[in-house]
Amino acid sequence: MFGFLKKDQAPEGAVATPKPSWTERLKAGLSRTRATLNTPLGELFSRARIDDELLEELESTLLMADCGVEATQWLLDELRAKVKKERIESPAELRGALIDLLTQLLTPLEKPLVIDGQKPFIMMIAGVNGAGKTTSIGKLAKQFQDEGHGVLLAAGDTFRAAAREQLAEWGRRNDVTVIAQDGGDPAAVVFDAISAARARGIDIMMADTAGRLPTQLNLMEEIAKVRRVIQKAEPSGPHEVLLVLDANIGQNAIAQVKAFDKAIGVTGLVVTKLDGTAKGGVLAAIARQCPKPVRFIGVGEGIDDLQPFKAREFVEALFSA
Amino acid sequence: MLDNLTLKLAKVVKNLRGQARLSEENIQEMLREVRMALLEADVALPVVKEFIARVKERAVGQEVIGSLTPGQALVGVVHRELTELMGGAKAELNLACQPPAIILMSGLQGAGKTTTTAKLGKWLKERQKKKVLVVSCDVYRPAAIEQLKTVAAQAGIDFFPSEVGQKPAEIAAAALDYAKRHFHDVLFVDTAGRLAIDEAMMAEIRELHAQLKPIETLFVVDAMLGQDAVNTAKAFNEALPLTGVILTKLDGDARGGAALSVRHVTGKPLKFAGVGEKLTGIEEFHPERMASRILGMGDILGLVEDAQRGVDQDKAQEFVKKMKSGKGFDLNDFKDQIGQMRQMGGMGALLEKMPAQFAQMAQQAGGQVEDKSIRRIEGIINSMTPQERTKPELLKASRKRRIATGAGVQVQEVNRLLNQFEQTQKMMKQFSKGGMAKMMRAAKGLMGGGMPGMPR
Ligand SMILES: Nc1nc2c(ncn2[C@@H]2O[C@H](COP(=O)(O)OP(=O)(O)OP(=O)(O)O)[C@@H](O)[C@H]2O)c(=O)[nH]1
Ligand SMILES: Nc1nc2c(ncn2[C@@H]2O[C@H](COP(=O)(O)OP(=O)(O)O)[C@@H](O)[C@H]2O)c(=O)[nH]1
Ligand SMILES: [Mg+2]
Ligand SMILES: [Mg+2]
Repeated sequence: MFGFLKKDQAPEGAVATPKPSWTERLKAGLSRTRATLNTPLGELFSRARIDDELLEELESTLLMADCGVEATQWLLDELRAKVKKERIESPAELRGALIDLLTQLLTPLEKPLVIDGQKPFIMMIAGVNGAGKTTSIGKLAKQFQDEGHGVLLAAGDTFRAAAREQLAEWGRRNDVTVIAQDGGDPAAVVFDAISAARARGIDIMMADTAGRLPTQLNLMEEIAKVRRVIQKAEPSGPHEVLLVLDANIGQNAIAQVKAFDKAIGVTGLVVTKLDGTAKGGVLAAIARQCPKPVRFIGVGEGIDDLQPFKAREFVEALFSA
Repeated sequence: MLDNLTLKLAKVVKNLRGQARLSEENIQEMLREVRMALLEADVALPVVKEFIARVKERAVGQEVIGSLTPGQALVGVVHRELTELMGGAKAELNLACQPPAIILMSGLQGAGKTTTTAKLGKWLKERQKKKVLVVSCDVYRPAAIEQLKTVAAQAGIDFFPSEVGQKPAEIAAAALDYAKRHFHDVLFVDTAGRLAIDEAMMAEIRELHAQLKPIETLFVVDAMLGQDAVNTAKAFNEALPLTGVILTKLDGDARGGAALSVRHVTGKPLKFAGVGEKLTGIEEFHPERMASRILGMGDILGLVEDAQRGVDQDKAQEFVKKMKSGKGFDLNDFKDQIGQMRQMGGMGALLEKMPAQFAQMAQQAGGQVEDKSIRRIEGIINSMTPQERTKPELLKASRKRRIATGAGVQVQEVNRLLNQFEQTQKMMKQFSKGGMAKMMRAAKGLMGGGMPGMPR
């Protein structure tokens, strides 16, 4: 075992430049995308009348935000019904109505993570390759510590080159212990980390895992085993199973939620890379087909670039011109 | 979910049977289905629109040949157009310059740049006997340099060390100097992932490009990307004179519409496909396979063609009907299927038609299904009564013993066959329920389970 024990604060990386708030960046990113659309939303909504063309453009907007065919269709149907029922006549009202609808759809996902009772509170973090698992753990460690919790990390990615070292660096930046092993068995590392967390009176243990695609059935079985081992070590655990989704990913995100849920019982989502131009509209499809609470969103590579998910803000940032 | 476009179209055109030509009117509704299929596959909307217009232009007036339905004819057009649009490139890296040939890697965070660097380095070393050096200019992501060092060692190629405190330009200059002095043929420059709207980072890679003047500037994209792929690709293409695109994570089950989006926006050739995390997980890009995948059909067209050539048409039709109805796949069908497999040139030839990721897995298992064993299987099934063949659940111990004796094999072999049959039956059920994508997954599970470990 080579424990990455506490060391002095990490040298400031080039990532640590001061940045605008996430909403600013989210909006900046979103409006940039919008500029590439044929009709900017502002113009779209300042038209005089609601016509088919307007509705079609709304459809395009939803589709291009990765909402997917089914959710888009559903939203538009609801919108049409609303237009009739509430006698909506101006494009501006229509905009409000669509924002409301999307917000309504996403609000059930707005359930922040509550950490209570369990000590150690055991979390496992899963997702496809390159989604942002390790980085999110680094950010979460900072946040939990700021809230006064003691944190310990388990280097459960025993496959990818330098995955351990990557997590160790986040451990250094956060000044928290990282439990790692030379061997290749993630379940063993996690088991070890739970013991260590108990021995040290740690509040929250987070287990990193290797990225995997749902088609790799042997790897899905591997991660299911990690979950079983946690449960053996602590019958009440794991207390949170986070699936990390990259906002850039399209409709496959739905399949990811379903497959990981089946294998390890997902209890929450983290949506990363929302600081880019991808809008994360696939959450609408997820809300329809396989809803899971969105615990956090990632809005950058820095240690502070993590935010709670707020449906209203999310939708407004998405629609603001 | 729209998994099999052909089936979907078949429904739409039921009432169109017998029409001799594709016309503006009769393809309207079908085109809507095609549009949905492409959107489901994550092809970006503006690209979908242009593509549909193009298909319409090509399709209208086309004759519906022979036994084809208008739906099949249209899918043919769609498939051909997709293939053509994504095709044309050879899986080659241009190294024709004064060595070292510099290859600059670019892309979003987590796309697969570092892994692909090592994969391509290994490829060039092994296939073209090149002396390869790699260097990391990723001074941002923790342990990114360490990652490249590790995979370079795994690939057996040279690694030029760099440090977090250095500037990318400095690192690149030092690596180039080293490569020249040590007579490397190729220098790969790995870079940090970056968002297209991060102006400082885009300026950084532009400057790296100006400094290095690489002969290849590759854009690495995740096959799972959604609609935003067009924006990202456009921005990278404008910032850098890209020379090629590499699509990663095709071993997943994403339909991969981003391939078309990126190709359409950049106009740059799709050169390679990443099909696994291991360093051997790279292959040349197959446009026709990609087209089938985007349409959710596996290489079903190829299979259909083969079936038409090598297989008893009536039997095949009956089989398809059975599969569609989702019931009654019995040992008779199993035997037919195996027999037909032999007629079509055995497992090997069949596997070539399967989507990449499936074929890869199957190859490992494939060796087991030799033609000899096909004949044994037929022998066993021949020893069963007709009733047993349609109702395999009748096969209890005593009957199995009788069959084994009849076929001259051990009882275990009968059991193994029944096992295989059950798995296939499951696969067929999946197929009728969810189409090719699901079947592939099921097939993978089947093989993953039966094989002595399938390390990545
Ligand atoms: N812009 C941006 N980049 C992010 C965000 N979260 C993670 N990243 C970057 O995405 C890349 C992949 O992140 P990792 O944390 O290594 O992802 P992972 O899921 O652990 O990856 P594997 O372990 O390789 O499967 C890194 O370059 C991160 O810096 C985010 O919210 N915004
Ligand atoms: N399954 C699969 N994983 C891949 C493939 N290419 C890269 N990866 C994984 O994707 C993740 C990100 O890759 P990496 O090379 O670090 O991406 P980079 O951030 O662009 O340098 C890692 O976990 C890789 O192992 C591929 O073709 N298939
Ligand atoms: Mg990781
Ligand atoms: Mg990298």
